[in-house]
Amino acid sequence: MPTAIEFFKFLPKTNCGECGHPTCLAFAMQLANQKMSIDACPYVDQAAKDKLEESGAPPVKGFSVGVGDMSVRMGDETVLYRHERKFVNPTAFAVTVTDTMSAEDISATVARYSSMVFERVGMEFRLDMFALRDDTGDPDSYLKAAKSLSENTDWPIILISDKPDVLRPAAEELKDRRPLLYSANESNVEDMVSMAKALGLPLALRNDTLDGMASLVEEAKKAGAEDLILDLGAASMKQVLENNTVARKVSLRRTFKGLGYPLMNCVGSGDQAVMRAMLAVMKYGSLVVFDSIEEQQALPLMTLRQNIYTDPQVPIQVKEDLYPISDPDTASPVLFTTNFSLTYFTVRADIEKSRQPVWLQVVDTEGLSVLTAYAAGKFGPEHVSAALEASGALQKSDGPIVTPGMVAKLSGKLEEALGRKVLVGPMESSSLPKFLKGLKG
Amino acid sequence: MKVIHMAKVPMPKEKYSGAVGSMALGDGSVSLGGVKGMPFLSFEDPQKQRPLLAGEVVDDISDFPPIVLDQFGPSAEDPVSWALEWKSKGADIICLRLLSTDPERKDTPPKEAATIAKNVADATGLPLIVYGCGIADKDAAVMEAVGEALEGHRSILAFVEEDSYKRMASTAVAHKHAVLAFSNLDINLAKQMNILLTDFGVDRGDIVMDPLMAPLGMGLEYSYSVNERIMLAALSGDRMLQVPMVCDASQAWQVRDCSEEDVALGDAAERAAWWEFATALAALLSGADILIVRGTKAMSLIQEAISDMGGHV
Ligand code: B12
Ligand code: SF4
Repeated sequence: MPTAIEFFKFLPKTNCGECGHPTCLAFAMQLANQKMSIDACPYVDQAAKDKLEESGAPPVKGFSVGVGDMSVRMGDETVLYRHERKFVNPTAFAVTVTDTMSAEDISATVARYSSMVFERVGMEFRLDMFALRDDTGDPDSYLKAAKSLSENTDWPIILISDKPDVLRPAAEELKDRRPLLYSANESNVEDMVSMAKALGLPLALRNDTLDGMASLVEEAKKAGAEDLILDLGAASMKQVLENNTVARKVSLRRTFKGLGYPLMNCVGSGDQAVMRAMLAVMKYGSLVVFDSIEEQQALPLMTLRQNIYTDPQVPIQVKEDLYPISDPDTASPVLFTTNFSLTYFTVRADIEKSRQPVWLQVVDTEGLSVLTAYAAGKFGPEHVSAALEASGALQKSDGPIVTPGMVAKLSGKLEEALGRKVLVGPMESSSLPKFLKGLKG
Repeated sequence: MKVIHMAKVPMPKEKYSGAVGSMALGDGSVSLGGVKGMPFLSFEDPQKQRPLLAGEVVDDISDFPPIVLDQFGPSAEDPVSWALEWKSKGADIICLRLLSTDPERKDTPPKEAATIAKNVADATGLPLIVYGCGIADKDAAVMEAVGEALEGHRSILAFVEEDSYKRMASTAVAHKHAVLAFSNLDINLAKQMNILLTDFGVDRGDIVMDPLMAPLGMGLEYSYSVNERIMLAALSGDRMLQVPMVCDASQAWQVRDCSEEDVALGDAAERAAWWEFATALAALLSGADILIVRGTKAMSLIQEAISDMGGHV
């Protein structure tokens, strides 16, 4: 939204009062507070309205690639540092197939990456998109490969070729799936933009330099392109870091308008690819395209993405409640823990591993881990007994209450408060299977 | 059609009024700090001093994970050989953890512990970061001996906290070492620690800080943001935060999925390298001047990343 001063610049400053406000400045303030529409002043012309709209546009344009549940939104970012406010749309990861691959190869590759799924803190981590690269320069084989890719996945697709004639048939074939076209450069920008515009598709622009990219954006915008994503190169980590940072910074500070789009990097494969991808996750990348990636690289990378994109104001947490695991009964032990997601899911997984029936009482610690919550005074005996009472755990089981080992100090006070046997559990929940089996015997 | 290059993107130059203080270690030839811009942005700080890498060595491997020890083979049984191994892999500093001083372990007396530190320093010629066992009283006693033994070979004594800093800080001052100020993931606590130490008489140029680098998957995001805020405050002129930052990437190995064997998660040793690397990269991008590293593959990945970002290793 423009500020009152920005609005004021566009008003006639005659203070005629026809808008219902005594002065133009008063009206400008109402506009900035979104209480009035600019149309209430009869003296603002269309050109001024257009300019105002531009200055009110979000600093980083947002749009989606793909359609439906699987679509991926990018852009909409508002801050340079995540302590200011959260980063909005997590970096999307794509892997590549090529038109030299047979239909079977494509289907096998898609199957392999579609099943590269990890469970962590109750969330599912996976890749997001497939890219199809033109290695033959032949429109027919590219179209054929595009069809087989499309049949094999409902993830969003990136169509990669710098030859408009190769891209066009495939883009037309898949247009209802809203693929991303990659990429326009200085020699093909006219054809690429007209294709993207005609089919209503998002378009990637490719240039290694900030000035070159800014010129390319101007060209593309003039020709009517709207949903753009910028690839400023990934030849080195320095290039990713500095180009992405400058592009994002000038856009957010509004010191330059032409680069206010999501950013992407094509990183290839191997160690360097993973390093650049990790950098892009932290430094403003909306999309990273790999040639290939392995499980042992993907899990840390996706964990990093999840970490960086959490809301700094709200730790991820679960509901305070009594959770039954493996059909507990009136003799099963009652374990308790905090409502920090990381803690809860770690403990829960270890209990499940033990195959022992357990009641797991989650105590609301405002999303803090065991020691953090204890140090913050949110995980005392009074909090634990209140939670146990509220959930009816004490009626549902006569089994022992078990504290996390790290807060062994709680056990005495708790025993007093509840009048029940309280045992001290292991420090690390990974020792729970052994501990729980011991309880039974 | 050829695009006419006309657009000119203005470089977003910041007018910082501060810089991270600089410091020399060892015989004076190893320098760190002095950073004048946000990490690795050459348009903010063209002469950026690259961060230093410390290889971790412990003097008691009895409960150290085999997957870590396997990287070093028999060298891991002797702190000196282990440290030399790190030196050959390009480490700038040795991070020596004197775990055996723990009363629950071998309860190694201070004099003996100091000999271990001295031997490592003499054999490698590299500056040390020396940790004790984490029990404040014992550590203070151990560091008295270590500080004396390493006099003339400027090292970092680790670590002091808000409620116990006087004895170790005095040792550092007496023997001209630097002291590591630990604080818990909070910019105000980090600043408070530096104020406490300078009020006590430690020169600001003899303090390095450890704002606690939480590893990947265990609160990394908190550290990333706390570090960034510390850097921004230091660059905007907050003198009490203008001290070099140490980040301990080796803590990545504490996270279970870092190195647990599970075929669905891919090769464990490789995964651990990436887990530690991700932690290290977040630390580097948010302001680390020294990184403590446990894995050999992570070390080489970090070296490669530093030079690829324009800092020379
Ligand atoms: C990330 C972090 C934070 C984050 C918060 C993260 C969160 N949402 O909780 C932030 C930055 C907010 C934070 C703040 C503070 N922190 Co903090 N923090 C950490 C850190 C780095 C990791 C914690 C974590 O995520 N652990 C992972 C989870 C899974 O562990 P867990 O909950 O303990 O669960 C394990 C076990 O307890 C056990 N378990 C859990 N439940 C159960 C149940 C049963 C029945 C059993 C048997 C076992 C069991 O199994 C789990 C897996 O092993 C630790 C240091 C470290 N490396 O551990 C410090 C740490 C916990 N923090 C600490 C402190 C002091 C604080 C602060 C008070 C300091 C401050 N800055 O003011 C504040 C308090 C918060 C507040 N709001 O006031 C201290 C606690 C000291 C102590 N011994 O009491 C620690 C240990 C750091 C240190 N070395 O000083 N912290
Ligand atoms: S109608 Fe327009 S010109 Fe008249 S006072 Fe309102 S804003 Fe100013």
